[in-house]
Amino acid sequence: MTAVLDAPSVLTAPPPDRKIKRQRRLAWIAKHSIAIALGVMFVTPVVYLVLLSLMTSDQALTADYWPNSWHPENYIRVFEVTPLPHYLLNTVVYAVSSTVLVLLSSVPAAYALAKLKFRGSNALFLLVICVMMLPPQVVTVPLYLMWANAGLTGSLWPLIIPALFGDAFCIFLLRQFLLTIPSEYLDAARVDGCGEWRTLLRVVLPMARPGIAAAGLFQFFYCWNDYYGPLLYTSENENSWTLSLGLASFHSVHHVDWNLVTAATVLAMAPLIVIFFFAQRAFVQGITLTGFKG
Amino acid sequence: MGVRVRKGATTLSFLAPALIGIAVFFLYPLGSAVYFSFTKFDLLSVPEWVGLDNYRRMADDPFLLQSIRNTLWMVVVFVPVRIIGAIGLSMLLTQLRRGAGFFRTLFYLPALVPPVAATIAFVYLLKPGTGPVNHFLSAIGIEGPLWFNSPAWAKPSLVLLGLWAIGDLMVIFLAAVLGVPSSLYEAASLDGANAWQRFRSITLPTIRPVVLFAAVTGVIYTLQYFDQAAVAGSIASGQATVGGGISSNFGFPEGSTFTYPLWLYTVGFRYSALGYANALAIGLFVVALGVTLILLRRAKAFSGEES
Repeated sequence: MTAVLDAPSVLTAPPPDRKIKRQRRLAWIAKHSIAIALGVMFVTPVVYLVLLSLMTSDQALTADYWPNSWHPENYIRVFEVTPLPHYLLNTVVYAVSSTVLVLLSSVPAAYALAKLKFRGSNALFLLVICVMMLPPQVVTVPLYLMWANAGLTGSLWPLIIPALFGDAFCIFLLRQFLLTIPSEYLDAARVDGCGEWRTLLRVVLPMARPGIAAAGLFQFFYCWNDYYGPLLYTSENENSWTLSLGLASFHSVHHVDWNLVTAATVLAMAPLIVIFFFAQRAFVQGITLTGFKG
Repeated sequence: MGVRVRKGATTLSFLAPALIGIAVFFLYPLGSAVYFSFTKFDLLSVPEWVGLDNYRRMADDPFLLQSIRNTLWMVVVFVPVRIIGAIGLSMLLTQLRRGAGFFRTLFYLPALVPPVAATIAFVYLLKPGTGPVNHFLSAIGIEGPLWFNSPAWAKPSLVLLGLWAIGDLMVIFLAAVLGVPSSLYEAASLDGANAWQRFRSITLPTIRPVVLFAAVTGVIYTLQYFDQAAVAGSIASGQATVGGGISSNFGFPEGSTFTYPLWLYTVGFRYSALGYANALAIGLFVVALGVTLILLRRAKAFSGEES
């Protein structure tokens, strides 16, 4: 890098203006063409799914990608002839309760790690990172046995109860965000006689809203998409299945009705895309925060 | 003294739920996993001490060998391909004069699609007989591969799926690339450096910590790669996934998508060899911890200081 900077700048005679202009225009066209081609490739799978979900079940078995006749009623039928409403309800229960509980239990811990001085805080933070990084499969068998002994496998409880006790990723993300809040605000509140809990509730929470929004979104999306957890704990009882589990086994039960399978698939992703468009900024900010400051 | 005790109690009240969570849902099961890995039992029997038997069994388990090979393949191909793809996309986005925000959203969108849904979509797209991709390929005179139904192409198909859902990684790299001071580029341009030279000598060295971060988290992600492999195998095989998906079709076709976590799950919950499953879990733990330590040793961002 320095080599480039230190090299004597030899300014060659500028080429004629028109040539530069033409080159720039060509580069502009090339870059935007690549972007458009890539954009089409990124969108095609979703469009294809939507088209497939609007066909008759016979046509969905063919190589066609444009419906001969349009059948939006597939989206109603999929609710009538499959347990989709049930899956949807379970997914909402899991995702909403887990998100609320995780935020309640993780915000105070993240605040302590970011702003309070105590012995072992570094060690605790390292532990949080280890929990966050290690594959969930490492502790799968003992955890499963724990829930089985408690008689709770086959229900949503093994997925929801842990949220009462914080989530490593959520704590990590919130801590990174809380670090960006200047400590002067907290000191001022303490001088005014606020205890730590009041400082957190009255001063920190309002300022941390974007960070909390991002952490909540991530948790919600994680639960909504979760396949491993529901597979592990609820597969023995179909009444507790979530969308992702239902979708994965849908195919086998209704495997001639691809139009319905794809309709259900579209329904599984639609809420996330809608939420994303409303909360795009919080989202992108959150992802950037999980990355590393270089 | 009293003040200090009270301050300690307040701090503890902030941390209590998380401390209990780490103890009950991480440390305790981790300890049990170590203990169980020296025992033999199933869901109905009591653990019986067998010493190192489970670890010896790992040495001559052909399925384990295959799953390690598959997971290694994913680490070696999937991780770098995704990183290169994400850097490429973010560089392209910074070059666009118009519509950069629009294209950023477009490229990001697939990352929002639930993995199970995305996998189903890709199995349909890549269906050998009637899928639109092979249809398109044959229209331009190329005979498409069997994708998810071919032992040689199943893993590359999973890589395509991972490339499609690259949005998160792209956003991280985009932030890093935008953080490179533009004065450096201007200076290099004056020196006559072309676009590739500017990338090699300015962009890449500046974003190197992010590349390391992406590599480590990518390896960790690949070590636990489960959902897509499980769903792709079951659906491409076209057979029923009885009982919510503890499926005999894991790894279809011919074990080519049998990743390490898939084998662990099968051993534990299909064959109920819980002692052996825990030995496999400890193996995974050791590898993942080693990879994590690489990151922690290098990472200043984690220690809390602003860099």
